Amino acid sequence: MNTASESFALAAGLVTHFDPHLVDIVLLSLRVSLTATFFAACLGLPLGAAIAVGRFPGRDALIVLLNAMMGLPPVVVGLVVYLLLSRAGPLGSLGLLFTPGAMVVAQAILITPIIAALTRQTVADAWSEYREQLTSLGAGTLRAAMTLLWDTRFSLATVLLAGFGRAIAEVGAVMIVGGNINGVTRVMTTIALETSKGDLPLALALGLVLIAIVVLLNALAQLTRGWARARFG
Amino acid sequence: MAETVTGLPIVLDHVAAAPGGVPVLAGIDLQLAAGGRTVLLGPNGAGKSTLLRVLHGLIPPSAGSIRWGSATGRPGGQAMVFQRPVMLRRSAAENIRYALDLAGIRGTEADARIAEALDEVGLRALADRPARVLSGGEQQKLAFARVWALGPEVLFLDEPTASLDPAAARAVEKIIVDIHRRGTTIVMTTHNLVQAKRLADDILFLHAGRVTERTPAQEFFAGPRSAEAAAFLEGERL
Repeated sequence: MNTASESFALAAGLVTHFDPHLVDIVLLSLRVSLTATFFAACLGLPLGAAIAVGRFPGRDALIVLLNAMMGLPPVVVGLVVYLLLSRAGPLGSLGLLFTPGAMVVAQAILITPIIAALTRQTVADAWSEYREQLTSLGAGTLRAAMTLLWDTRFSLATVLLAGFGRAIAEVGAVMIVGGNINGVTRVMTTIALETSKGDLPLALALGLVLIAIVVLLNALAQLTRGWARARFG
Repeated sequence: MAETVTGLPIVLDHVAAAPGGVPVLAGIDLQLAAGGRTVLLGPNGAGKSTLLRVLHGLIPPSAGSIRWGSATGRPGGQAMVFQRPVMLRRSAAENIRYALDLAGIRGTEADARIAEALDEVGLRALADRPARVLSGGEQQKLAFARVWALGPEVLFLDEPTASLDPAAARAVEKIIVDIHRRGTTIVMTTHNLVQAKRLADDILFLHAGRVTERTPAQEFFAGPRSAEAAAFLEGERL
């Protein structure tokens, strides 16, 4: 038999039997990327809303910069975070390098521009519809921004999902700042690099889980949006 | 409505407006006193909606000055209903509560006003329904319930019945009359001359960004003073 079909069979076995090693890696991946998405949302949502509603000098340049930063190469982010967190770096005393914490930092930096830029677009579209009414009712800029964030919450769920999807699927940044240490910072994507060492079944199994997670989340988002549209208009 | 600061009369002194850089209004001198129902008439593009927005403080004048009574800057105590209502993704009642909250009215006082306002427009049964899934007519009535709850000193209406069917339009007209009876000054635009006759105390006629005349309604419809208004009424009768 060829290696591919054997590997698929072994991979399926690992997934269906909840291989503990596999489960640990999946859980770590989820923990790191969900935490990164949480922090990126805390920054990106208000930032995007503020840029959408606010009027200040340099706003157009900021929008261009933000949109461009959606395409930040993970390896570059990893390198910068590595330099910041390395023992000789400005944040070296935190001792974060080669820990899951460092991976959270790197992924959060990677996806904050994505969440902020997509939030800005979503909120700006709503703002053009609501602007006169909210101004008429006497809402200031801050209040308007908060109202719009809440009113576009179902669209923003998709925005957060886009951020999470990017975080959990990237490999460059977590590889550099995490180091792919078995049992400590080895996540679903870095394990794929095990291919070179011959552990094809595990790599494939993780690939399957990764795809399943992403599909599941998007299905969930789609259902929520459909439900919300019917329920809230 | 018992504010110590009043936003009336509204006084415009040589006001021009150019929203988005396009000149729409020029040389408007105007005084709007308390109590009346003023209807803005004029052909499309005359600047009716822009004037309404300047009066409400949504568009700043590009020249000249505007003063709202004894208030410094744009006063509270004003409200506006737009041609298409904008509702938030929350229930009908919560949409009213949001407006009251911005006006500093909360708690049991807000509850009472919400119930009364929904009763006034006949939407009590739909209080908990999401506002954005209501029909166009229901949403416009809800916009009026929001105004009723606020009890403004002045209410601006931008073609409030233009996108409604005749039954909903009649219901909205009745609400406008009720709001005026409670002491709210009304300033509205309409393209419906019959409606203008029914609702107006006086007519403000605009043509090409200028006020050509301001005349008591009965007198206006009997025979307008300005040639532009005469031509407009003539055209409508054809």
